[in-house]
Formats: sequence, structure tokens, C-alpha cells
Amino acid sequence: MYENRRLGLAYISPYIIGLIVFTAFPFISSLIISFTEYDLINTPEYVGLDNYEYMLEDDTFYQSMWVTFAYVFLTIPLKLAFALFIAFVLNFKLRGIKFFRTAYYIPSILGSSVAIAVLWRAIFSLDGLLNSFIGVFGIEPISWLGEPVFAMFSVTLLRVWQFGSAMVIFLAALQNVPQSQYEAAMIDGASKWQMFTKITIPLITPVIFFNFIMQTTQAFQEFTAPYVITAGGPAKATYLFSLYIYETAFKHFELGYGSALAWVLFIVVAIFTAISFKSSKYWVFYSGDKGGK
Amino acid sequence: MMISRIFADQQKSQEGLSAEAIKTLRKQKIGAFFRYVILILCGAVMLYPLVWMFSAAFKPNYEIFTSLSLWPSEFSMDGFINGWQTGTEYTFGRFFWNTFMYVIPKVILTVISSVIVAYGFARFEIPYKKFWFVTLIATILLPSSVLLIPQYLMFREMGMLDSYLPLYLPMAFATQGFFVFMLIQFLRGLPTDMEEAAMIDGCNSFQLLIYIIVPILRPAIISVALFQFMWSVNDFLGPLIYISSVEKYPIALALKLSIDVTEGAQWNEILAMSSIAIVPSIVVFLMSQKYFVEGITAGGVKG
Repeated sequence: MYENRRLGLAYISPYIIGLIVFTAFPFISSLIISFTEYDLINTPEYVGLDNYEYMLEDDTFYQSMWVTFAYVFLTIPLKLAFALFIAFVLNFKLRGIKFFRTAYYIPSILGSSVAIAVLWRAIFSLDGLLNSFIGVFGIEPISWLGEPVFAMFSVTLLRVWQFGSAMVIFLAALQNVPQSQYEAAMIDGASKWQMFTKITIPLITPVIFFNFIMQTTQAFQEFTAPYVITAGGPAKATYLFSLYIYETAFKHFELGYGSALAWVLFIVVAIFTAISFKSSKYWVFYSGDKGGK
Repeated sequence: MMISRIFADQQKSQEGLSAEAIKTLRKQKIGAFFRYVILILCGAVMLYPLVWMFSAAFKPNYEIFTSLSLWPSEFSMDGFINGWQTGTEYTFGRFFWNTFMYVIPKVILTVISSVIVAYGFARFEIPYKKFWFVTLIATILLPSSVLLIPQYLMFREMGMLDSYLPLYLPMAFATQGFFVFMLIQFLRGLPTDMEEAAMIDGCNSFQLLIYIIVPILRPAIISVALFQFMWSVNDFLGPLIYISSVEKYPIALALKLSIDVTEGAQWNEILAMSSIAIVPSIVVFLMSQKYFVEGITAGGVKG
């Protein structure tokens, strides 16, 4: 029965249909639409590479790409470092580890909900919680969402705050590091820091890589937080690329240009992922069959 | 003399030993103390905003930003009562109901289709299996924004705009590769003897799936359902694109509407409704934590 190829095909057929209808077809279509001008009312008109040429002179495109990269490169290292640090602290036989794990995990399950973005606005708005907090120390209110740098910081912080899921993955990996390795190193007189950088880090590189890939592909597409908290402002300082795609396509109904933007984002993410995978050969160590989960 | 010297030596060496033991013990204790301090401090900073939101919901409006206290000086239910009425002709209950109208089908369809497909991948020879598997991984990494516009046009063509169908219909086709991948990993790690025994007893492959695979996959299935539930309840972009009439708004859109309409005003109402909005997620999580941790470490999860 296990060799029955037709039966196997039958079981995965929902996936194949879904792949064709909801992924492959839209994927190709969006490339085709990107060569047209389409406003939902008039029939699409073929314009060749016009959309892409326009993009080269579009200041908003550059601004949006720039802030997206800034956002990704601010968020990911901070989030992963924090997740690894807390996982490391938790990875000792401490009483109450379950309680702390729960506490740290809660923010990340609420994830990208609008409710949390609303809360963020309440915290960082001019008469918000953070300003009343720093007011206690006699500091003048700061316009967190009104200054470009601070606005980016506020939006970034929301993502970093949700380090819980990366932390749980790190914690599981740390618990899998064989104790014998540390004991051997201890006999050789290794310091704690040496053990961490020479044993722990190399052994968990597959998991670091996994977290890195998942978090970056997601961060490139961040939408809810900047849309709800700052609406991309001030002066497009948090106008991440997904916002630009959304507003182009669904607010200004320029579906052709929107598709072109989406394809550029796709290519950027694809190149980024490809580079990451290529580089992983040099810094990710898979030991035997225990490699990355 | 002799004896007392030996005795004294012994005592000395004993003291030396125990002193060292005490030293390491103390070191460990100090280490543990610092760890707790770090964990408690970070935990407090992380959870403070959430706790503050719940407490602010019970505060009268003028008190919300003027006091940092988590305890309202006077309890007021106004935030909940007025917030529940919303600025629209519907109550917040309606938006809750709407949310579950698509979240529940989404979860059920995801579970059914993902289990069937994962079973096919993990247990059968399939023509071009490697190719299909690679596409599965590729869809996990594919940025969904590149599919957004054509999918919208497709659902528009099918007359499904302003309905919940675009939100859950694709789930019937195992379109979330991530869950399929997670289930395949889980299935591959399981021994097949039980299935072989059942096969000898004359079970067909579908009976195997129902009577053997599904029961042993139970923890993984629960993980899939829980993650899909959380992500769907929190999803914002999907409803934003497809749902246009207020009577069909889910919580996510209703909350966005409330901060747009009452710009800079009734924070107690907004925070009360935001608190209510995250209660289902928190309750579900606290009840079923075990499955989250298992699921997340089995396949790794975004979020």
C-alpha cells in the first residue's frame, strides 16, 4: 500500500490544487499584471517596463525600501540577541522556569494583533504612558511618534518585545547540548565565556539560522504595527514596503504598479534568503543527524 | 601528641574541603540570585504594558495617563459599557461573532487538509515527490504580498468580495505549507509498526489515517489548530482587504475603526475593548501551553 503511487498522489492532491490555484497562478499573474496599468475599472493596458522605469524615479520607493531595511536590520539582531540571552539565563535548573517561560511567551502569541498595536499607540503617544513615566524623573515629554527616529524605534520595539517564540526554540536547542561537552571543556580549564562561544554557540547555529530566516522573511513583510501605530509617518519614516504596496494597490487602485512593487520586494527577499543560505555553509554546523530542526 | 596531631590535620583538611564546597555553593547561589533578578526585571518590563492595559480599562478616562499605578483610584466600568456599544450601530459582541465566523472554518479546514496532505507526503511513494516537497518549503518562504493582488482579483472575479470565503477557502487546500511541514516532521519521527499491523488486519489506507494516524497525531493536530487560531484571530491585512461593510467587521477592523473615529479621545473605551479582544488568545494559550511549546520546538514557528 505504501508503494501505491496513485493513492499517494490522491492524498496530496488538495495541496497540488492549492499550489496551482492559490500560489503558482497568482505568482505568475502578478508578474504579468506588473507590466500593465490597471485600475479595476478599465481593462488592463499593457505598458511594458513602464512601471519599473517609473519606480527608478520614485522617491517613495527608495524611502520605503530604505526604512524597510533599517527596520529589518534593527529588529532582527535585537530580537535574536534578546531571545538567546533570556533562553541562556533560563537554561539553568531554576525553580519556576515554566512560569518565566509563560510570561515571556505571552507577548509573542498576541503577535501582530491590532489590540497590541493600539496599546503601543497608548504607550508612545504624546500624552501616553511612556511620557508620564519619564515625567516622574522630570524629563520633558518626547514626541515618540512624531520624530522619525523615535517613531522607527517605537515600531521596532514592538517586534523585539515579541521575542518569546524565538526564545522557546533557543531554549529547546540549549537543552539539547550534551552535558559531556561542557564537562570535557571544564577539565581542559575553559572559562564560562569560552564554553559559551566555543561550544554552545556552534552547536546551536542551525537553530540560530532557522530563527534568522523565519524572522527576516517575516520582518520584510511587516504591516499591522506601522499601519496602526504610525500609519507610516511621520514623513514616511515608518512607511514600510508592505504599506506602500497596500496603499498603491488598494487605496490608489494602481494594481499594475502595486504588483511591480510586490515583485521587487519578492526579489529582494529571495536574494536575501539565497545569500543567507549560501553563507550558512560557513557558519552553520550540522553535527551528524542532529542538524537543524 | 601523635594522635592529636593526626586529628588536627584531619580536621584541617576537612575544613579545607568544606570551605571549598561552601565557596562553590555560594557561587551557585549568587549566580541563581542574579538570574532571578534578570528574569524578574525583564519579565516585569515585558508584562507591565499588558497589565497596565487591563487596569487602564477600569480607570476613568482622566486618570489613565496621569497615574502610573496599576490600581485604579476608583473602579469604573464605563470603558467596558461604552466601548461595548462602539461608535457604530453594532455592539462589540457582533464583531466578536464575526471573527469566529471565519476563524473556526479556517482552523477546521487547515487541520483536515494539512493532516491528509502530510499523511500522503510522509507515508507514500509519490511521482515527483521531491519536487512537490521543494515547492512546499518554497511556499513557506515566499512573501505573501506577491500573491495579494492577483488573489484579490481572483476572488473578485468569483464574486466573493466582502464575504469571509477568501479568508478561509484557501485553507481547504493545505495552502499553509508550514503546518503541513510540521506534521510531516512529526509523522516521520513515528514508528510505522502499528500501521503495518493494522494493514495486515485488512485496514485500507483511509481507515489507517482515521483510526491510527489521527489519534497518534493528536498533540501535533492540537498544536496546528492552536497556532492557526491565534494567527487568524490576530490577522489584520486579510480582513482589511476583503471585508468592506461594517456589519461584517471582525475585531481587528473594529478596533482600527475605533481609534480612527475617536482620535485622541476615549482611551478607556479603546483599551477596554483591546483588553477584551486579547482575552480569547490569552485564555486559549494558558489552557494549552504544553501544545504550543511542543509545536514550536517540533517545527519551529514564526511569530
